[in-house]
Amino acid sequence: MDESLEQAVSEICDQYNNDPTRLVDVARAVQARLGHVGNAAMDAIAGNLGIHRVEVESCVSFYSFLSTEPKGEVVIRLCDDIIDEMKGSSRVARAFRKELGIDFGETTPDGRISLEWTPCIGMCDQAPAALVNDVVLTWLSSDAARRIVRELREHMDPQKLVHSFGDGNNAHELVRAMVDNNIRKAGPVVLAPVTQGDALHKALSMSPAEVIREVKTARLRGRGGAGFPTGMKWDFTRGSDGDRKYVVCNADEGEPGTFKDRVILTERAELLFEGMVIAGYAVGAETGILYLRGEYAYLRAYLEHVLDDMREKGLLGKGICGRQPFDFDIRIQMGAGSYVCGEETALLSSCEGKRGDPKTRPPFPAQKGYLAQPTVVNNVETLCCAARIFEKGSGWFAEIGPHGSPGTKLLSISGDCSKPGVYELPMGVSLADVLDLCGARDPKAVQIGGASGRMVGEDDFERSVSYDDLATGGALMVFSHKRDILKPVRKFMEFFVEESCGYCTPCRVGNKLLLQCLERIMAGKGVPEDIEYLERLSENIVTASRCGLGQTSPNPIRTSLKSFRVAYEDMVQEPEGALRPSFDLGAALAEAEKIAGRGSTILNE
Amino acid sequence: MSKPKIATTSMCGCFGCHMSILDIDERILDLIELVDFHKSPVDDIKEFTDRCAVGLIEGGVSNDENVHVLQSFRENCDMLIAVGGCAINGDIPSMRNKVPLRECLDEAYLHGPTVHNPDGLIPNDPEIPLLLDRVYPCNEVVKIDAFLPGCPPSADTIWTALVAVLNGEPLELPYELIKYD
Repeated sequence: MDESLEQAVSEICDQYNNDPTRLVDVARAVQARLGHVGNAAMDAIAGNLGIHRVEVESCVSFYSFLSTEPKGEVVIRLCDDIIDEMKGSSRVARAFRKELGIDFGETTPDGRISLEWTPCIGMCDQAPAALVNDVVLTWLSSDAARRIVRELREHMDPQKLVHSFGDGNNAHELVRAMVDNNIRKAGPVVLAPVTQGDALHKALSMSPAEVIREVKTARLRGRGGAGFPTGMKWDFTRGSDGDRKYVVCNADEGEPGTFKDRVILTERAELLFEGMVIAGYAVGAETGILYLRGEYAYLRAYLEHVLDDMREKGLLGKGICGRQPFDFDIRIQMGAGSYVCGEETALLSSCEGKRGDPKTRPPFPAQKGYLAQPTVVNNVETLCCAARIFEKGSGWFAEIGPHGSPGTKLLSISGDCSKPGVYELPMGVSLADVLDLCGARDPKAVQIGGASGRMVGEDDFERSVSYDDLATGGALMVFSHKRDILKPVRKFMEFFVEESCGYCTPCRVGNKLLLQCLERIMAGKGVPEDIEYLERLSENIVTASRCGLGQTSPNPIRTSLKSFRVAYEDMVQEPEGALRPSFDLGAALAEAEKIAGRGSTILNE
Repeated sequence: MSKPKIATTSMCGCFGCHMSILDIDERILDLIELVDFHKSPVDDIKEFTDRCAVGLIEGGVSNDENVHVLQSFRENCDMLIAVGGCAINGDIPSMRNKVPLRECLDEAYLHGPTVHNPDGLIPNDPEIPLLLDRVYPCNEVVKIDAFLPGCPPSADTIWTALVAVLNGEPLELPYELIKYD
């Protein structure tokens, strides 16, 4: 075996104390050092960590940012979501293809540059966008694509492709990104000015039970979309038996169309970390993990810096706020490109160094989470809200928005509107008002809650954004009347087919069947019963899938069928003969006719 | 009033489903009280001359003759029931779907380990049906009204389904009849 490879892997494994639960980090580091995690590297990792080779391979093959085959020194990943497509990503793709002389999924013959598609990278408000290694490039055009390739060929340094920085901390020396925050409306809770340490000092002056009571009094609910009462979750975790407890922040913002956590991480990292410390204090944890999606790796150095700064100020680490014996520290766990890892149990699997397979619930993470210990998993925005509740009081928070949905909600708005970006609005705001605010152009449909959310039409525009009506993790995509409604639906289904972890059949096979049927309809080869088939199959998938991915993946089809049934009905027709219009007899027979050198006898009689 | 007619066919299957039909034992006497068999391997009637109430399809769609047969079943039967795994999913015959057609023929007629074919010819009489590029489930070729899963579905399953359909009752089989693990 190659000695230098052995040594490199061994060094990396040592950095992580040869701890098999850090396999994802090890594999990421090997990928970064060697360009891929090949057979020899996987053997070496398995040897060093004392685990089976198959465990390494199942992990490496799972994450899209890890690769068993050599890749280019620089990997260009062009964002492939519906908003990017609407903003011209296909032109950018063409320019990349032409300039590089390769197709997507290929590497230039000199082994320097690879070209790939990637699902939503959280830049829909500045689309089309791409990742070049860890560097984010936004507002792409075909000209930009050509320039990027030419510059890369000269210096091969992705960071040098960034010629101007975005606003706020995007220009920070540790970020240096061209990403814009696009904060269109700052609300009173998350995006308002914050005094660092205030929330933490106030929370730590209470007992943990009082802290939990305060969060309950504020009626704070999870901002990730499901809306579980945060205080109750903390309470369960506090009450569960375990040697250690953990606080995990879910910053795996992978839902297509969502990017508000990216802005919070950029501008309110201190607040978020304070929220984690408070959660840790409340449940009795000493360790927090920020699970940061691989696409946001460009924020990592800055976030580490914020953590260091907080340690220096006594807001993190040993003896926080001088009040012994409360110790709490936070580590950042990088994701490696997997949507399902946003599902909390899959996220925990990933933190444990495994492939991001969801776990069976119950037991819930509050009982058995990270390393089978009681774990709180909260969304980025939830933890920020929690911190602000201590700074400003639970009464203050509870008075914003309707009774069942107190507080504000950050919305990531993109699509056919003049002011895409992040809006912090009181819960309960009507969709019509939101559309007004963002300058929606002739809106026909709104996809609320990302790909797994729902598509609503004009009839629903008077409804409100809240847990009791249109619940959302924060994504809102606007589609104008000139758009074909079925196109985003197809895009979302393609996404789910790709991102299904494959563990359970309803999700792995069912979504593929849904997509095939939808494509049949869109090709004008659908029959009326296909619509019923879509409905029936959707229901099966929702009922029988193991985790949230499959339980929500048919939503684009189900909700668009509800709001835009005519769009489907217009595309289907009764077949003229006995054969299905989607069955292409000519194509099915072509190969045999070629081999036999004759046509079909029986069908030509 | 004349009895309703049923037709059956075995396409790309193993005739196991037809065996299962015969497995209804003495109930076959009850069945012929209920129906007349029309085009079917059971009575060797080759072509449709009358409209049928029910068509039972065994096997997937593997060649042009299967397409022709299935088409004529759809045109001549009020209701088509896909019987068994091959008709519903393609099942075992569809294991060839991952292999290009030419390689399948090569393996079968030229280079397979047990092949003795000194002339090196792949049979190609005009009477021989042409294979499709892959084995299709029946439902991808024509509309199928009901599916009886199983490999094969048991005689009880087929019997219960047929009686229900012929009496115009809803096709709701008890769990035990469609449970296979």
